[in-house]
Amino acid sequence: MYEFSYHKSASVDGAVEAMNKAEDGKFVAGGQTMLPTMKHRLAAPSDIIDLGGIAELVGITVEGDSINIGAMTTHAAVAASGDVQTMIPMLAKLAGNIGDPAVRNRGTIGGSIANNDPAADYPAAVLALGATVKTNKREIAGDDFFTGMFETALADDELITSVSFPKPTAAAYMKFENPASRYAIVGVCVAKTDDGIRVAVTGATPCVHRGKQLEEALKGEFSSAACVGVDVPEDQMNADIHASAEYRAHLVKVMTKRAVDACT
Amino acid sequence: MVENGIGASVRRKEDKRFLIGKGNYTDDINVAAQTHACFVRSPHAHATINSIDTGEAMASTGVVAVLTGDDLAADGIGPLICGVTVTSDDGEPHRAPAHPALAQGKVNYVGDHVAIVIAETLAQARDAAEKVDIDYGVLPAVTDTGSAADEGQQQIHEVAPNNMCFNWPFGEKDAVEAAFASAHKISTLDLVNNRMVTNPMEPRAALGEYNEGTEEITLHLTTQNPHVHRLVLSAFNQLAPEHKLRVVGPDVGGGFGAKIFVYAEELVVGWACRKVKRPVKWTSDRTEAFLSDAHGRDHVATAEMAMDENGKFLAMRVMTQANLGAYLSTFATMVPSYLYAFLLAGQYTTPLIYSEVKAVFTNTAPVDACRGAGRPEATYLVERLVDVAAADMGLDPAEIRRRNFIPVDAFPYQTPVVQCYDSGDYEAALDKAMAMADYDSFSARADEARTRGKRRGIGLSSYVEACGIAPSAAVGQLGAGVGLWESAQVRFNPTGNVQVFTGTHSHGQGHETTFAQLVTEQLGVPFENIEVIHGDTAKTQFGMGTYGSRSLAVGGVAIAKACEKLIAKGKKIAAHALEAAEGDIEFADGNFSVAGTDKAMNIAEVAFTAYVPHSYPEGLEPGFDENAFFDPLNFSFPAGTHICEVEVDPETGVVEIVKYTAVDDFGKLVNPMIVEGQVHGGIVHGVGQALLEGCRYDSEGQLITASYMDYAMPRADNVPSFDIDYAPTNPPHNPLGVKGCGEAGAIGAPPAVINAISNALGIKHIDMPATPENVWRAAQTAALG
Repeated sequence: MYEFSYHKSASVDGAVEAMNKAEDGKFVAGGQTMLPTMKHRLAAPSDIIDLGGIAELVGITVEGDSINIGAMTTHAAVAASGDVQTMIPMLAKLAGNIGDPAVRNRGTIGGSIANNDPAADYPAAVLALGATVKTNKREIAGDDFFTGMFETALADDELITSVSFPKPTAAAYMKFENPASRYAIVGVCVAKTDDGIRVAVTGATPCVHRGKQLEEALKGEFSSAACVGVDVPEDQMNADIHASAEYRAHLVKVMTKRAVDACT
Repeated sequence: MVENGIGASVRRKEDKRFLIGKGNYTDDINVAAQTHACFVRSPHAHATINSIDTGEAMASTGVVAVLTGDDLAADGIGPLICGVTVTSDDGEPHRAPAHPALAQGKVNYVGDHVAIVIAETLAQARDAAEKVDIDYGVLPAVTDTGSAADEGQQQIHEVAPNNMCFNWPFGEKDAVEAAFASAHKISTLDLVNNRMVTNPMEPRAALGEYNEGTEEITLHLTTQNPHVHRLVLSAFNQLAPEHKLRVVGPDVGGGFGAKIFVYAEELVVGWACRKVKRPVKWTSDRTEAFLSDAHGRDHVATAEMAMDENGKFLAMRVMTQANLGAYLSTFATMVPSYLYAFLLAGQYTTPLIYSEVKAVFTNTAPVDACRGAGRPEATYLVERLVDVAAADMGLDPAEIRRRNFIPVDAFPYQTPVVQCYDSGDYEAALDKAMAMADYDSFSARADEARTRGKRRGIGLSSYVEACGIAPSAAVGQLGAGVGLWESAQVRFNPTGNVQVFTGTHSHGQGHETTFAQLVTEQLGVPFENIEVIHGDTAKTQFGMGTYGSRSLAVGGVAIAKACEKLIAKGKKIAAHALEAAEGDIEFADGNFSVAGTDKAMNIAEVAFTAYVPHSYPEGLEPGFDENAFFDPLNFSFPAGTHICEVEVDPETGVVEIVKYTAVDDFGKLVNPMIVEGQVHGGIVHGVGQALLEGCRYDSEGQLITASYMDYAMPRADNVPSFDIDYAPTNPPHNPLGVKGCGEAGAIGAPPAVINAISNALGIKHIDMPATPENVWRAAQTAALG
């Protein structure tokens, strides 16, 4: 780890101010990606702005037919929330299967989606459920938030404050885990929402994306059989020692089928 | 019957300090004026070093010293050695390229040690290490085992043409060929034994201290064998005379073989602490561990079995290419040769075996012993080939094994590959395992699984292994540079409690408990009054350490022999005190008594008398403290049958182990709970190799699996609860009747798992690790009705 200046603020405004003053600052939420990267000397920010002291960013509230989750809420807290378990059980289960207990007790929803790791779980839920990402500046629709591998619509001095998930009619997330890291090799989230049937795919491609052709097929008939004929193009898939593009494309369909079955 | 003696599942003494965080590992030890070291490692797999500029690093904040291979050579330290000679087919010893502890002019794998940076803090050492400016001339890399010796390959070492370390043929080639020529059927199998990273939980570490006054170096190391480290560092690496070098292996968090070897970092830290006249500490981080710990396995092989019309094995032929990495690690040559080919008979009466092992150099980390060391490779090959042979002959895998087992009345049994098995009852273990696994009703379970879209498979593995890694005469004949006995000292204190000094080393095995049980059984001293001490060359007289499942089978017997000497001396002391003839003294349950009377004396009183000899037998030495050495007459031959049942999801390729049965023959069990733990750990290690673990380099020699993000270790949810039992036989040469148990699971499990997957999919073979994608691909091509 290289030397850096450390800041901890009790407010969103204070954190943003520290960021604006920094030469090459980084916000740190749970630090589950940032800190290992720094320890491996792969990142060398001039300033670390720790968000862990901002009480207003923590907590889960029910707002009508939606659940609002503060950006600094840990995966463990989401998994254990009675409100989440009742309204969107899929989301509680997803959070409860991220990483391991140590990761879940430190890692946060805001940190996860701001990092937008191609194999992270939360981005699939944000996209499939049509969630809204709230920041200190604005509200961003889930569909507009994830812009590329480790890229989001966030500006440098923009902080996620919470994520609002509308309650779906039904939803399921099926994750095919990397046997080593237990990140998603392929994760598919299928949701029946007021906005129609939405399918989000993580792990398979450089950035989480909607499976539009799968959605089309499922609109005709919401059954696993409807997915069988859908063409999932291999050429856009990630490939590594754990899974080839061909295998990932195959898994996208299998995980979608299983998620559909779990919804019905 | 003694409480907490042999056969009792006593809870482990050592666990208290581990559970309350009071273990004392090398990195826990900090001393005054200590400095911190960081090694500069090669980022290239194969390159010349054109120049090294240490100027900027030396000027960096907090830096004490930056030392390179030139400094090491100037002081005449090293090089590292390989302690076992294998004679190649040209009659010459194996090719042994120089292995400098800091590179001299060339690097040969990613992670190769080039310089050491010593600073006041670790962070300063790491900062400065980045400033060591090295000009490399990058060369093409050789990483693939099978093609490393091919014509036209990049040459790595001048002394090793075609990258060959040795070509070692063994067996009667012509007789084997004649048997193949007249065989009813020949079964053939090509297979890979996947490379593993050994991965003990505690990474390697070294802390060196030099005392200018006494000129003594003390090295705290993560070692499985402190005395072997001292011997090699002293006799072969010129670090310091043996009496001026103390090696301490304090608490060590797992070894699995990887901490047997004398590594460059250990030698360099020992040398550097004298050079800078400050204590120097180095602790590997996990990435360094992946890059620079010795790796295991890494064979490609072709195996053939010739059979008669009844499926009786007539002859076996095995061609193996083994990857030894960039340099020879301490015991590297022994693993794919003597520890491998001499196990190729397995549990069978195969009368003729011919083996050829070509060992090659590549631009990868050195390869050496990893739990089982050669024996897992041999067992995997034999037990997979036997299943292929069964399919070729239309026989059930259990039936072909029965037809070829060495029968129980044939022991001792001389195999055609050197080993003479002393004891065993292979059919008994098979019968018991099949009953426990409900083998006969498997087809009903397979049918039921099919209704859920799954494919069930069942796989047998009937293994035998040769462990104990002794006797000295045998290993000496094979080219080992050391004797392989074990030593012990059992010392009574005047107050009657006992200190047991052993030359073995416990790094998770529970010796402090098991060995105390031996002593309490033999001497009748209460278990809590016995302390087992190991891991310090300044405390224990000598010892060969712990590997090859040798600690109880060899080291335990040395303790028992020291106890016998104490009893013999105690009889003299008791006879004098009780005014009886020595021949009338009996010893039982801790008491010396005069036969036929109620006159008795406890062993604690005898010990007191020995240290306060006011009234004492004339001519007898005072003190109650005995040494013993034990050099066994044969290896130890644990054996057994493991049965794995899997359920394969053909749609994803995911394999679930639904049932795992192990019936092992470990002779007599001293602590069944600890043995069970060893069996569990071994099986999980083997399951890891079969399903998950695959160490991979790319064609440029970069290690792709250099972290737990990409190297899959087995976890609790990868295995079921195991069904374990025993079918013991008595090893006649072992005075305690015990066999080794630490490696058996890692040896028995891989073929059981792969046999089960092959059975589930109806395929001939799938290589390890059977990852989901590989299984899915196999399921696509298999005819799954």
